[in-house]
Amino acid sequence: MYIVNRELEGNSKGYWALLGGLGALILLGLFAAYNMEHHGHVITGMNNQIVWGLPHVFAVFLIVAASGALNVASVAGVFGKKAYKPLAPLSALLAIALLIGGLAVLMLDLGRADRAIITAWKVNPKSVFSWNVVLYSGFLGFAAAYLWTMMDKTVKPLYPYAAYGAFVWRLILTTGTGLIFGFLVARQAYGTGLLALMFIIYSLLYGTAVYVLVLMTAYLGGQRPLGADVMRRLKNMLLIFIAASFYATLVYHLTNLYYAKEWEFERFILLDGGLYTVLFWVGQVIIGYAIPFVLMALPGTRDNRNMIALSSVLIVLGALAQMYVTIIGGQAFPLELFPGFTEKSSFFDGEIHAYTPSHWEWMLGIGGMAISFAMVAFAVKILRILPESLADEVADPHAKK
Amino acid sequence: MNQFEQYRRRFIGGALAAAGAALVPGVMLIEVAHSRAPEEGVSSKHRWGLLIDTTKCATGCNECVTACNTENGLSGKTGLQDSQWIRKVELTNNKTGATHSLPMMCQHCEHPPCVDVCPTGASFKRADGIVLVDRHICIGCRYCMMACPYKARSLVHEDLNDTQLAHMPRGKGCVESCTLCMHKVDRGDGTTACAEACPEKAIVFGDLNDPGCEIAQRLATYASKEVRADLGLNTGVRYTGI
Repeated sequence: MYIVNRELEGNSKGYWALLGGLGALILLGLFAAYNMEHHGHVITGMNNQIVWGLPHVFAVFLIVAASGALNVASVAGVFGKKAYKPLAPLSALLAIALLIGGLAVLMLDLGRADRAIITAWKVNPKSVFSWNVVLYSGFLGFAAAYLWTMMDKTVKPLYPYAAYGAFVWRLILTTGTGLIFGFLVARQAYGTGLLALMFIIYSLLYGTAVYVLVLMTAYLGGQRPLGADVMRRLKNMLLIFIAASFYATLVYHLTNLYYAKEWEFERFILLDGGLYTVLFWVGQVIIGYAIPFVLMALPGTRDNRNMIALSSVLIVLGALAQMYVTIIGGQAFPLELFPGFTEKSSFFDGEIHAYTPSHWEWMLGIGGMAISFAMVAFAVKILRILPESLADEVADPHAKK
Repeated sequence: MNQFEQYRRRFIGGALAAAGAALVPGVMLIEVAHSRAPEEGVSSKHRWGLLIDTTKCATGCNECVTACNTENGLSGKTGLQDSQWIRKVELTNNKTGATHSLPMMCQHCEHPPCVDVCPTGASFKRADGIVLVDRHICIGCRYCMMACPYKARSLVHEDLNDTQLAHMPRGKGCVESCTLCMHKVDRGDGTTACAEACPEKAIVFGDLNDPGCEIAQRLATYASKEVRADLGLNTGVRYTGI
């Protein structure tokens, strides 16, 4: 049987409720951005110690997940696994949507969001942020070209170029995202190129989990058949990516534990950092890795697609916990200016920095997520992104050709 | 040419004229806003810096901080979101219990991490070594605050309500830090507000490149220290006695 892609009908009450709900969240996000712009960052919980807060947790998650979401398409386009080919258009679309959502949050959080465009012509070749302006726009270009070559048969000869280009670009992109932190020389939590590799590995897990959730929602809502074979493949990918993410996390902390100068920081994250310790162990490790791994590996639950969906939700929650620990935990631990001395000052030297996100930050972050999902919901209704059926008899024989 | 074509051409012409009229003021403003290039007027012959003698700096004394706030129009408030360009750091040796007090501010590095990471070039270093933020092109991304090893920078979190001084423009949503009193340096005062205010003369301002200068002579005579020397940033602010 041939795979036929068709627009989602999208006339159900559920569809309009989804779009309406997302629209409302976007408006709330924009309202928050307006207020942050009008009053200044004084209305947020961010301060001169925790300079990047909850909006960055959401933004970096979305940007990292964006490059990972493209993975499903790369498995088809670069690694030649035909079974993934029908899944590829949604993969490229989701990558674009997630990146735009993340970038929106990042831009709207700027102290002077009105000046964001300056980054387009004032380029600092040494700044990772400056590289990212090129990397983000390049990624959007490659992913869009990739989507185009998948959907328009007349440009089929360009398909492999777009596929390889997007794949290589996404690796460079996530390297750039990791190095935002990796190239921060002075802070105990950062200053290691390992962060670039960690972010690439995390991106595979986060992007695939979001992909699974979007795919299942679309097929459930659109009342289209989604076979066990597709779900099994995606589940197996998630299992491998959980293991890889856990391994990357392990190497990062073991490296730090080997260096005496990092012990205090590791003690903070792993043992007595309060919220950060809880978010690391309970959020990132147990909710983000352990439970979904067990659910998707145990014979009793592994073939149950509700469990795969639940696992994907847990992975996303774990991802947000990881970003919170990496970004905010890394800043909460004080900079060490004078090793061997206890430091005290009116600028909070030597103490764990306080941070409580305000509702404005939640609104902006969630608004960014809503932008991404609204874009997907809209695009699958107007473009031929989703195969009419991904039932086993359609999707599976396709793989064996 | 038929009538429609004529109409079409007139319409396009009109639209172009309107777009031009809308753009001209903007282009003109760019000309007006074009500020002095960082190299103009200052020279790399100088390398301005500070030498701080921590043996003279008294615990509890805050004169340098107060003077800086007054000189630059800062509120002096010390909440989590308030700007602090200079702060007194009290140190206690973990083994011996010995205490030291010293002022900490932008260290005016030769290789400043804040300048490296800035996406727009708003963070920049003048030819004479003073590290500044160009408030016209700072987008408030705070990457420099993440990168600074000395926590020397602050974001302006709220409206300044006309508290700015003519010689020290600031801006809500922009990052700021110690300017080494560049307005004083540029008019030839030969000192900074903090150095002037210190009752113990613990802060010496001068030209690190001028062997005849007190600061250069002291640095040549006594052992001094850069904070986080391991980072290899070659700071313009040096400390003795610690």
